Order: sequence, then C-alpha cells, then structure tokens
Amino acid sequence: MKNILQINIPEELDGIGKLEPFQGAFAKLKKGWMEEKTVPPPNKAKLPHSNKMCATLKEAIVKTKPYDGMTISFHHHLRGGDNLLVESIKILAELGIKDITLASSSLTSAHDPILPYLKDGTITQVYSSGIRGELGKAIAEGVLPKPCVIHSHGGRVRSVHTGRIKIDLAILAASASDIEGNATGSHGPSAFGSMGYAAIDSWYSKQVIVVTDNIVDYPCVPQSVTQNYIDFVVNVDSIGDPSKIAGGTTRITKAPMDLQIARLAAKVIEHSGELKEGFSFQVGAGGASLAVAKYIRKIMKQRTIKGSFILGGVTSYGVDMLNEGLFRSIFDVQSFDAAVSSSLMDNPYHIEIPAGLYANPFNCGCMTNKLDIVVLGALEIDTDFNVNVITGSEGYVRGASGGHSDTASGANLTVVVCPSFRGRIPIVKDKVHTIVTPGESIDVLVTERGICVNPNRPDLKNNLEERGIQVKDITDLAREVESITGKAKSIEVTDRVVGVVEYRDGSIIDVIHQVKM
Amino acid sequence: MMEVKQQTFKRRTMLYIPGNNPAMLQQGSVYGADGVLLDLEDAVALNQKDSARILVSHMLRYISYEGCEVTVRVNHIDTPFGLDDLKQIVPLQPDAIRLPKVETLDEISRIIRLIEEIEDEHQMPHDQMKVHVMIETALGVQNVYDIARYSPRIDAISIGGQDLAADMQLVKANDGVGIDYARKQIVMAAKACKIDVFDTVYVDVENEEGLRDEAEYIKKLGFTGKAIINPRQIEIVNEVFTPTEIEIRKAAKIVKAFERNKAEGIGVFAVDGKMVDAPVVKRALRVLEMADIDVETL
Repeated sequence: MKNILQINIPEELDGIGKLEPFQGAFAKLKKGWMEEKTVPPPNKAKLPHSNKMCATLKEAIVKTKPYDGMTISFHHHLRGGDNLLVESIKILAELGIKDITLASSSLTSAHDPILPYLKDGTITQVYSSGIRGELGKAIAEGVLPKPCVIHSHGGRVRSVHTGRIKIDLAILAASASDIEGNATGSHGPSAFGSMGYAAIDSWYSKQVIVVTDNIVDYPCVPQSVTQNYIDFVVNVDSIGDPSKIAGGTTRITKAPMDLQIARLAAKVIEHSGELKEGFSFQVGAGGASLAVAKYIRKIMKQRTIKGSFILGGVTSYGVDMLNEGLFRSIFDVQSFDAAVSSSLMDNPYHIEIPAGLYANPFNCGCMTNKLDIVVLGALEIDTDFNVNVITGSEGYVRGASGGHSDTASGANLTVVVCPSFRGRIPIVKDKVHTIVTPGESIDVLVTERGICVNPNRPDLKNNLEERGIQVKDITDLAREVESITGKAKSIEVTDRVVGVVEYRDGSIIDVIHQVKM
Repeated sequence: MMEVKQQTFKRRTMLYIPGNNPAMLQQGSVYGADGVLLDLEDAVALNQKDSARILVSHMLRYISYEGCEVTVRVNHIDTPFGLDDLKQIVPLQPDAIRLPKVETLDEISRIIRLIEEIEDEHQMPHDQMKVHVMIETALGVQNVYDIARYSPRIDAISIGGQDLAADMQLVKANDGVGIDYARKQIVMAAKACKIDVFDTVYVDVENEEGLRDEAEYIKKLGFTGKAIINPRQIEIVNEVFTPTEIEIRKAAKIVKAFERNKAEGIGVFAVDGKMVDAPVVKRALRVLEMADIDVETL
C-alpha cells in the first residue's frame, strides 16, 4: 500500500505487525484523541522498609528475573560517554538471555560494542530514535531478524503509552540517587542534566533499576525519577566517561560554511515575521543550527526583543541567553553540557521536562505545539522539502529522527539549514533516500547557495522578497547542485525491509531497505 | 592621462583560496566575497604545485563562480613553476591573473610579453584578461608607479605585507607601522594610474575588532579593497567598504542636484552649503555604484 507520500509500505511485517500508512502530519491529530487504546502502567508493590540496594548491576538484573523475549530500555542522556547499556547487555548475554528487544531512547557509536549481540541472537529487534556507527551499518545490512523501528522522541512516548513498546526492564543511569531511587542527572561527578527521556520508562516499565556512581543522603533533590517507580538501585564506580557525557561549554562553530549558512538563516528568521516579542525558539546542539542562535541573539539585543522560552536540546549557549534576560525560561528535555546542569539546579526558570510534555502529540498540548521558531539540520532534503535525518549517502543508518518531525510539525516557522552538497554528495536532490519529516512541515530551506521557501508558504516568500532576500526555486537549486556534483548513483538495496520509520502519530512514513553488500 | 577603468566587479574583498584544496575551491563563491584568488603560489607547498595547477585549471573550466571576480595567482616567472602556470592558466582566461613579487619595469614587461605570446598562440585578444601586480619587496615599492603604468591591462596593485616585512627585515609587529610608507606609496601609484589597490592580509583571524580597525584605516589611506584569508573576515571588510546610509543619502542628493542643474546648464552648484563640481559628482556616483543603487531609479 502507498502512503500519502507515495512510499510503498507493507501491510504488515513480521516482528512488528500491521502497519498504518502515513496520511499527513495532522491526519490523526485532527480527531482530538488517539484511536489506539493506551495501556495502564504496571501495578507494583513493596513491603515497608524494603532494601532496594544491590551490590552490583548483575545482582540487580538477576533480581528482575530477565527472560527470553524481554524488552529492555535505557535513556541516552550519557551520550558518547555511556557504558551502562553495553555492560547491561553483556550481563544479560552472560545469563543466556536471548531474543531481547532493545528499546533505548537512542543509540550512538558508544554502543558499537554490542554488535556481536545483534549477530548472535541475544538482541533480535531494536526500537530507537537514532542508530549510528557500526550498529547502524549492520542493521542496514540486515543483521537483525526483525525490522528496527525508528521513532521520534514524541512518538516513543506514544508507543509506550499504547503498549507498542512494552518495557520489561528499564536501566536508568543517574548522576545522583538516594537509596530509594529518587534520582537526578543535574548534579554529581557525572552530571548530565535533564533526564527527560527516562521519565516514561520509569513510569511504564515493569521493573526499573537506577544505576548511579553517586549515592546521596535521602532524599535526593531534585528528583527526575521518583522512588515509587524504582525497584532496585545500584551504586557503581562510574556510570560513564564524564568527559564524553558533557563537555565544558558548547562553543559556536568556527567552520566558515556553517557560519555562512547560519548568517543567512538568521536573516530569513529576522524578516519572516516570526521574530517578535515573546517568541519561542529551538535550535540544534551544534553546527550551523546552533550558530543561528549567535546571530539571533545579536538581533534580539539590537531590537530589544524578549523571547518566551527556549526548548530542546539545550546547550550552555541557551543558558547564557536565559541569564542575559533574552528569554523568560528554558524547557529542557536534554542537556548538552556541564554548564546546563548547574543552571537546571540553580534557576527555577530552567525547567526539566519529560519527553511526553516535550513532544508526544497525543495529549492536551506538548511543548512543540507552542513553538514559534525551530532551526533543524538535514542529511538530505528533496524538492518536495521532505527531509532525511536517518540514512546516509550509502544507505546506512547513521542519524536520528529525534525531535525533528516533532518540532517541525508544531513550529510556526521551521527552518532547515544545511549545505547544498557535502564533498561531492548532493544534499538537495530530487528524492531523499529515507523520509523522516514530511515536506509539509518544512517552511524554508537555507543553504549557502540559495534560500528556498515551501510553496505552501506564499506569505513567507512575500515577506522575504519584500525585504530584499532572494528566494530560489528548490528545483533550480537541485539542478545547480547536480551540475556541480553530477548525478549520484542510486543506492543499491534489496526488497527486504530492515527498518520502518514511524511518524510521531504511529503511522509509517518510510521504510529502510537492506543495503546490497 | 589614463582613462577611468570601467568596473564590472566590486573589489572590496578578495578571498584567497589554496589551489590544491578542492573543497575550498568549489565553495569559494558562496561567502559573499567580491572576488576569489585561486592561489598557485604561497599557499601551495612545493610538492603540490603541479596538482594545484591541474586542479585550478579544472575548476576554471567547470565551476561557475557566480558573480565573483576570479583571479589566479601564478608563481613568479623566475621559479621552476611560473612558466608552466602561465602556459596552463592564460588560455583559460580567468578574469585576472596576479603576478607576485614584481620588482622592476623590465620584469613586468617580460611577463606581459609572455602572456601575450601565449594568447597569440591561442588566438586570444590581449585586453580580455586583466593583470594584477603584487608589490612585496622594497625594490618593488620603489618602482611601483613605473610597473603599474606599464600596460592598460594592469588594473590593480596589491601589497604583500608579509613578504614585504620580511624583505625589509622588520621585527614582527602587528601595528603595520613598518609597512605604512609602502602602503601609501602603492596607493599613490594606483591613484596616479586610476586603478584599484588591495591591502594585504590580516592574519589574526580571531581578532574581528582588529580587522575592522585595520580596514577602516586602510580605507582612509585610499585602498579600494583587502585580501581575505578566512570567510569570517568578509562581512566585516565588505561592511567597511560599503557606503553607510548617510553617505548614500548624501550621494543621492548630490547626483539629483547635478541632474537638475545640468539640465539648466549649471556646472557648479551648492548642496547643503558645500560646493559641488565634477569630481564631487564623480565620487557621489561611485558611492551609489558601491551601494548597488541604479542612478536611473533616483
């Protein structure tokens, strides 16, 4: 069957079940409720004064009685410094557990060491927002017997609420925890800031282990996860590599291309009509996307504009803007550097939010519904403005859906920033390899070679042209890029579907085919 | 008296790009510089000279530099690479060719003759591709006027501050004091020949304030543009060399008054209490040209 973007979607897939084709960003939301039923969170019980402390992670895992076919989850707030996920999988494999569904909120190249467990049947399915490194390559080559599911941050929460993801065991790293499992990421030697992605896991998982390298006196404050959801607590030597978990402060890129694109994007934003008193703002964590904040900050000061909130994905740059009084508040689902953690601790207007409040569409209004301006990156973008942020130029999985489709659907102005080509590979092209965010959600593309406005935004095009900003037709830009790079060969794939890309409402927007080896 | 050159390109900024770096070469035109300099000379290591020459030749053939003036800096004719550079680049007729370390009239006449011989071999005219000379030694500074006026196809002089400072054996200093006389001498020669003049690179890429100060200073000296070694420098220098709103309004007022008075046969008149004659009008027209304002629309 075809979805609304004319992508062929199988009616069902082994290991996933029946699939629903994507019918538009708001097709399911318009009803005002979700057709799929939600599942109740687990009903747990503990006797008074029970001891939750376990001497080792293995002891805690054994106590949860792991079994073949279980679903296990982690959060990815430890980023490149995480070793908890790898340790946990090793322990489960040693215990002989097989056919595990891994439902980490995301996967990075720090998780490459679990590749052997994808090959030997320990892990047979993956749900994730992003997959990178060796895992992404292997999954695209078909290492798993069941297709992986790529979902957005908001979509993951929806999946857990509906039981699409049924978490048996959540192992949650915390930089500080008390003996009952009240835990946080905002302080401690391995502080990483918000635990926004872990909240849903703590509420819905049958069993939850908190792992920390910093047991604090009861009660731990603040509390990102609370004791009434936590089964076991483990104190380890280290939850990860602090230098890779959170760097010092995030610096704005010095790469000339990124700065050039950022400068142009800031001009577009300035003249779009959306940059006004009380606007809300979200940018990426680096590259051209974060650099846009540098130019917007300058404009805000020149025009004495005060914004309402920063959302995301928060870096110390955002914290600086909050401290300068340029914004009233920050809503933080993920913190990217050490300076952010201390702001979270100290500033009541720096507010930690769970992923469901951030971006789950099926509630009374997630934060992305209130967003004015978002600046996003892209691996590829096509002439219908559909964006790929998941597969690379060889067809391997090497990115993340993340909050891309969530924020793009809600924002009044969605700006995609990227070079028009990288090296000799086109980024602006006729058709992307995998669609994650539909073109209807993208308002404007800013590249070094041209600014392209979605035809569904004639008002924006007028605003920009009236202010002397030249707007280019995206098809012309794609042709221009092709004249420089030449036409790239199509990626060779087989008919086998090794992954599905779930839109935030649970429908399938695209599939990932096995890369021919 | 030499005629005023007709400008087709603005020349506020010229971005230097190493000729052996394909990524930088193919993106050269996107940063907003008025011109790009594809460099075969000092930015390229000795063992890369041939590959740079080949790469730049391909770039000239296949990449459109979209509204940027394209200049190629060849190696000096007395190096093992200079003649091959000319033989390969001249037939491709970039907008301009830049000759480094020119010191004497004899030298410039020799090189231009060579260029014209190559053009003759390819049945190309002699007045298409422009020539820029770089003055980078004390001797060059002394001879700059004779060099600059040698041929009408020489339409810009550039000062190579780093090499000049080395030639003068100056103790390294960032304040430009040592090369200040040279700057002024070169500007004067350029003005006498009514051609453009580029200032040298500003090496401290992190120091944006320092760059702005230097650009403001050299603008006052009469330089028409500056060499750029990092795209981050372009916006600042373009801004310094772009007329301000006040300057534009004043120029528009002068030009409009000129047209009015011209119609009545009056050649000298006053605007805001100040005398306006032909040279003032010419300067005003130049300001409007730099601001991309079409006089017809006034």
